[in-house]
Amino acid sequence: MNPTNVSNNDRKFVLPGDLLGDEKFRSGSGTYGRDGKIYASRIGILNISRDFINVIPFSGAYVPKPGDSVIGKVIDNGPSSWMVSIHSPYIALLHTNDVQPNIKYGETGKFLKAGDTVLAKISNINEIKKIQLTMKEHGLRKLDDGQVIHIPHSKVPRVIGKGGSMISLLKQNTDTKMFVGQNGAIWIDGEPGDIERVSKAIRMIDERTQMSGLTDMVREYLEGHENNEDRDDTEEG
Amino acid sequence: MKLVKEKLIDGDGKRRDGRTFDMLRPIKIDAGPLKNADGSAYIEWGNNKIMVGVYGPRELQQKHLQEPDRAIVQVQYTMASFSVEDRKKPGQGRRENEISKILSEALEGVIISDQYPRTAINVFIEVLEAGAGTRCAGLTAASVALADAGIPMRGLVASCAAGKIDGQVVLDLDKLEDNIGDADLPVGIIPTTGEIVLLQMDGHLSDLEFEKAFGLARDACMKIHELQREALSRKYFNEGESPKEDEPDGEVTS
Amino acid sequence: MKDIVPELKIEQIKKLALDGERLDGRSLDQFREFTIEKDIIGTAEGSARLKLGGTEVLVGVKIGLGKPYSNKPDHGMLATSVELKSIAHHTFEPFQATTKAKAIEISRVVDRGIRESGMIDLEKLCMEPGKKVWMANLDIMVLDFDGNIFDASTLGALAALKDIIVPASNFDLGEDFQLPLGEMPVSTTFVKIGDHIMLDPTATEEAVADARLTVTTDTLGNLRAMQKGLSGVLYYEDVTKAIKDSISIGNMIRETVRGN
Repeated sequence: MNPTNVSNNDRKFVLPGDLLGDEKFRSGSGTYGRDGKIYASRIGILNISRDFINVIPFSGAYVPKPGDSVIGKVIDNGPSSWMVSIHSPYIALLHTNDVQPNIKYGETGKFLKAGDTVLAKISNINEIKKIQLTMKEHGLRKLDDGQVIHIPHSKVPRVIGKGGSMISLLKQNTDTKMFVGQNGAIWIDGEPGDIERVSKAIRMIDERTQMSGLTDMVREYLEGHENNEDRDDTEEG
Repeated sequence: MKLVKEKLIDGDGKRRDGRTFDMLRPIKIDAGPLKNADGSAYIEWGNNKIMVGVYGPRELQQKHLQEPDRAIVQVQYTMASFSVEDRKKPGQGRRENEISKILSEALEGVIISDQYPRTAINVFIEVLEAGAGTRCAGLTAASVALADAGIPMRGLVASCAAGKIDGQVVLDLDKLEDNIGDADLPVGIIPTTGEIVLLQMDGHLSDLEFEKAFGLARDACMKIHELQREALSRKYFNEGESPKEDEPDGEVTS
Repeated sequence: MKDIVPELKIEQIKKLALDGERLDGRSLDQFREFTIEKDIIGTAEGSARLKLGGTEVLVGVKIGLGKPYSNKPDHGMLATSVELKSIAHHTFEPFQATTKAKAIEISRVVDRGIRESGMIDLEKLCMEPGKKVWMANLDIMVLDFDGNIFDASTLGALAALKDIIVPASNFDLGEDFQLPLGEMPVSTTFVKIGDHIMLDPTATEEAVADARLTVTTDTLGNLRAMQKGLSGVLYYEDVTKAIKDSISIGNMIRETVRGN
């Protein structure tokens, strides 16, 4: 048996080094080109879209891109900036110029301190990957309530779903507010029981990314539990 | 104590454990056994038992070690004090230092590191029980752990030793064969390209014997590569589950 | 490196504790499930791999000969080490003083529990008083970390020490014999977070804990070792409750280890 063929429905599981195609194609993400041929560089699923060959990775570090919204954890503060962990290889920097209230030099701790959770946007990245954040746009803020759970960033599109279908499903069936950061951190706020149901549904999406009929499975879970467990709360929103 | 020269190959061409000259010891690989590490692998190869964990890429705290254009690879190969017959003192000895260095270099040759400037990729190889060939088993498991961590690589590395016992070239020496044999040749290659990333030798081999030994090791690496693939596909594809059609990137919503 | 736990999570831990609940669904005085695999290392006389929730330790025991300590010339020797391997958690940085100090404290608490309970009958391990005694090297490697290395290590050590054959014939010192064992100490570790005492803490609970207490008890319900850690304070009632819980839960844990 050739284990290359373990995947079904033409979905091909590939490993780094596997030959994926020749010069008819162009090398996309998760691949590299060499001597006119294209090879996988990551473990994942082969994806050919138009003339690009990509590998959709199963795992791996989140590499920030400008414009990404992320959920981060403040880990330290200096006199005019904060260090924010964004579940990436790099610690991001948030400067006092990039937050809404006017923070005086040396008083950063009054606004944010280690352990605080923020919703921020990647504003700039230089060539040696110094990452800058901003919280100046609408909706970006410190998160005071709710909970944050983490999934591999490569699975963020699954949690959001085609045209936002999955996330609407999650919100419709529970009375929760959510932010999905591109870095794989997800903020959920609501009643404890609802938060738990959404968290479990997201774990389900994370663990069964490869399975077909995922949306139906999640719907079944949420609706099933709504009937069985939640007695007096939650109407569809 | 003087070692008595024992016969390592009998009249039927069988070795003491029943293997012929071109056979590997039993190998079992498990991908992703650890929870905290970004990637991990456990390998049992003959009597060898080795756990490998990968952390990173993560920003290097020691600024003077940072490279502005790439990640560095730091392998730490360590033997547990109880991994050998005579208890080993804890801490890194000279042998472990050397092996850590050559394995770091071997893996740096395959990892595509320019996406992660100023970071380190840490690979911890913990030898829990040693039974000859730990560096090859460790390197084989390390590349599974790196793939599990989602680190981009030009290919997996498979590694295996060949050697010479009783004047004959054989594959994958066990402990006794290694102790009293004539030569040992650990090889690490990228099976998909044939590129060599690890090569050491001690003992004596003629040029023809080298060619034969290298050929045995290379063929074995192809088999080991299949075991690596099976281990990773077991982790990521539980049987009976079919992968789902892909969906375009969603936007952050509130 | 310190693990910074988000404020949101700390609040959640405290809120849940008010209802007697925890993040992982346990009650405050509930010990996590653990599994033991024995005799996995061929080069060690005794070994065990113990998984307690997401914490995993590998324990190896090597038996050899040594010169006894001068203050105990007719006793065999026990040496315990704990290594917090970098493989186990991103905060276990190699060669770092704080990591090392943490490991030393754990190894001393584990050692004390085993030594003070008389788990190994060291008097029976003397060959020639003042000259030659058997020595057990108990080495504990932490491979994966989700809190409570104290109890995981002690439990792993119990499992590894059980059923050891001392290889006397290899040294031309007569026949092999079973390592003489006496008591079976069990350690239970609690943390205090706010006003709440929780048994068998996870890594997150440890990271936000104010105080920690390890209580080691024997079969008869006697105390064999205790250790308070971290800078927060405990009250007398906290300690007596921990002792009471330790004795009852310890008996349950002991039965599970015996069965393995």
